[in-house]
Amino acid sequence: MSPQQIEIAATAAKMLVWIGFLVGALTPVMVWVERRGSALIQDRPGPNRLGPFGLFQPVADVVKFMFKESPVPAAADPFLYRLAPVLALVAPLSTYLVIPLAPRFVVAGQPIAGVAADVDTGVLLLLALSSLGVYSLVMAGYASNNKYSMLGSVRASAQMISYELALTLSVVAVLVPVGSLRLDEVVAHQQTSLLHWNVFPQAIGFLVFLVAMFAETNRLPFDLPEAESELVAGYHTEYSAMRFALFFMGEYMAMGGLSALCATLYFGGWSLPGVDVMAVGAWLAGLPGLGWLGGGILGALVGALILFAKVVVMMLVYVWVRWTFPRFRFDQLMRLGWKVLLPLALLNLVLVAALTVGGVL
Amino acid sequence: MSLEVLVFALFAALALGSALVVVLHRNPVVSTMSLVVTLVALAALFVMLGAPFIAALQILIYTGAIVVLFLFVLMLLNVQRESAATPSAGRGQLWGTLIVACAFAGTLVILFWRSGAGVPAPLTAAEVALPVIARLLFSQYMLPFEIIGLLLLAAVVAATVLARKVPASPEEGD
Repeated sequence: MSPQQIEIAATAAKMLVWIGFLVGALTPVMVWVERRGSALIQDRPGPNRLGPFGLFQPVADVVKFMFKESPVPAAADPFLYRLAPVLALVAPLSTYLVIPLAPRFVVAGQPIAGVAADVDTGVLLLLALSSLGVYSLVMAGYASNNKYSMLGSVRASAQMISYELALTLSVVAVLVPVGSLRLDEVVAHQQTSLLHWNVFPQAIGFLVFLVAMFAETNRLPFDLPEAESELVAGYHTEYSAMRFALFFMGEYMAMGGLSALCATLYFGGWSLPGVDVMAVGAWLAGLPGLGWLGGGILGALVGALILFAKVVVMMLVYVWVRWTFPRFRFDQLMRLGWKVLLPLALLNLVLVAALTVGGVL
Repeated sequence: MSLEVLVFALFAALALGSALVVVLHRNPVVSTMSLVVTLVALAALFVMLGAPFIAALQILIYTGAIVVLFLFVLMLLNVQRESAATPSAGRGQLWGTLIVACAFAGTLVILFWRSGAGVPAPLTAAEVALPVIARLLFSQYMLPFEIIGLLLLAAVVAATVLARKVPASPEEGD
């Protein structure tokens, strides 16, 4: 193969690894974990009939989604109504492009970047793409022509704008000592030891990021856009069947994306202190039956698995928090965003900048 | 025709088409959604010009924040579709728009004419590297940068003053 062909094949392979992990593993397993986890926390059995421990429940859900009728309300704007669920999935999926799966590795003598889109603007592109997600919620609420949907979207847009600021500022603070927008350099900065993980020197920033992360994905305790006790189901009240499922999957994709970003920014991304993924890859290549893949690809896969493990842990935190905290009131949500998180994020930024100039970080 | 020209034509057409929808559609929410398409297409053109940083900022700031605010206001005010019966623009307004548009287009033509006939060389990666841009912004262009910030601050203050409800008497003020 020519170098160009290898490059294209590698990029396609990196995207396939992400999509395979997200659609094939994370989403169905998380649906199950969410239902069984909520049951565990609420001291009830949860879905336990289909398969061992109810493990096949997500399969039944998907089959049901596929075969239900998906009507378009008579008073809806048909074009926007159909477009919104598609956007709900596309916007969060595109953010995975810039999250590094592995260090630079070598295939057939050619170095390959560990990230699907190897661009200088890195994390800025990620923030830009994820900010497009709000349009699907606004579109859904507007196009449904339903007052509950509309209220849900208005809440969603206000909430996302408010929390994006705090989120972005805490990301900026991580980038200051690194001096680059590239996420692979952020990972390299934290590689050396556990204490170099940004979660320790930037504890305030991490806290702000964590809270803003929940608000950005509209998860409890910040799921005001779909608060079922006041708004029926918020922006997706009028949606059913596969169109609803797309919103549902979009939410999991957004959670996974922010979890991966969080793992990369604060928990060392694909790296693990004391573990050289490329050395592990080379060792794996020596095993019978694996040698044909080559050490480079195997090492990259090891890095990807480490990152995925961290993402799964973050997702479990999402579920745990969801079933533990009550929902905020909307004015409380706004107050927390503007009067607590934003000043804290600014303070953290100033602190990190001072420490960086002072040569501590 | 090279691939680059094809991609340029695609995004240029997308930008122009969606910009027309912004101006011509009777439903303000659809116009605003169409503005998003225009801005994303422009971002793609920035990437083709070798300025990925500007492209990312364009999407992050304009589509990610400003247009969302537009939509937010439109939805809060519950602006309805203009019915076809109401004359939305008088004849004078139409002519005024045309004259201003022609004047603007003329200015653009003159600007391009004066700036030299040749197509400028595309920017190199070294020219648009982030540290280079940052250094320029905080040295050579420091004053304009700060003045723009001041302008935005003035706009924010003005908007707050305009939007604030005037208390009936000084004692009742919140």
